[in-house]
Amino acid sequence: MIKSELVQRIADRNPHLYLRDVENIVNAILTEITNALSRGDRVELRGFGAFSVKRRDARVGRNPRTGAHVSVEEKSVPFFKTGKEMRERLNDDRGT
Amino acid sequence: MASTNSASALRIIEGEALATSSAANARTLTRADLTDAVYRRVGLSRSESAALVESVLDEICDALVRGETVKLSSFGSFVVRSKGERIGRNPKTGVEVPITPRRVMVFKPSNTLKAAINGESTNGIDD
Repeated sequence: MIKSELVQRIADRNPHLYLRDVENIVNAILTEITNALSRGDRVELRGFGAFSVKRRDARVGRNPRTGAHVSVEEKSVPFFKTGKEMRERLNDDRGT
Repeated sequence: MASTNSASALRIIEGEALATSSAANARTLTRADLTDAVYRRVGLSRSESAALVESVLDEICDALVRGETVKLSSFGSFVVRSKGERIGRNPKTGVEVPITPRRVMVFKPSNTLKAAINGESTNGIDD
C-alpha cells in the first residue's frame, strides 16, 4: 500500500470529505511526526509503536569498492519500535 | 493550589530548556498532538480529527497484518518480515529456549526523513 492508496481508503470510509482534505490529514500526521523527530522528540502511539531518534557516533568507515578509509560524521537516525498490540496482531490473526 | 503553581513553573523551565538544548529535554508526543496537527490543518472538529488519526493508523495496521508493505513517500516504509524458528537463551538463567517462527514489522526511514532529522535539506535526495 502506498500513500495515495491509504488516502483513497480513508476517503472511501469518509464520503463527506474531499480527497484533498484526506491527503492533507495524512500529510499533517506525517509532517508532525517528522518535525517532532527533528526536534529530538519522541512520538508514542499506543498499540502501534513509537518513533524516536538515536544518535550514532562518528566512525571510520570504508568505501566497500576501494577499501579506502572515510570518516563518517556523527549523525542521528530515526528509530521505530513496534508496539505490543501491533506485534501481537501480526502473529494472531494470521488468516491470510 | 500548590499543584497548579508547580505545573506552571515546570512549563516555564521546559520552555527555557527547549530553547537551549532540545535533545536534552525531549518531549513525547502522543495521539493528542497528532490530532491537534490535523485539527489545525483541516477545518474539522477535534473529535473528528481524533477519529481520522485513528483511522489512518488502523488502515496502516490492517495492511501490515495482511502482510502488505506500507510505503509512505518522503516518510518511510513499514515492512513485515517473517522470521524462522531459532534458538534463544533466557538471559537470566542461560537456559536455551526455542523462539517460534513469527512475523515482525520494521520501519525503513526515507532519505528525506533521515535528512530532516540531521537538519539537512532534501535537495537532490531521492526517497
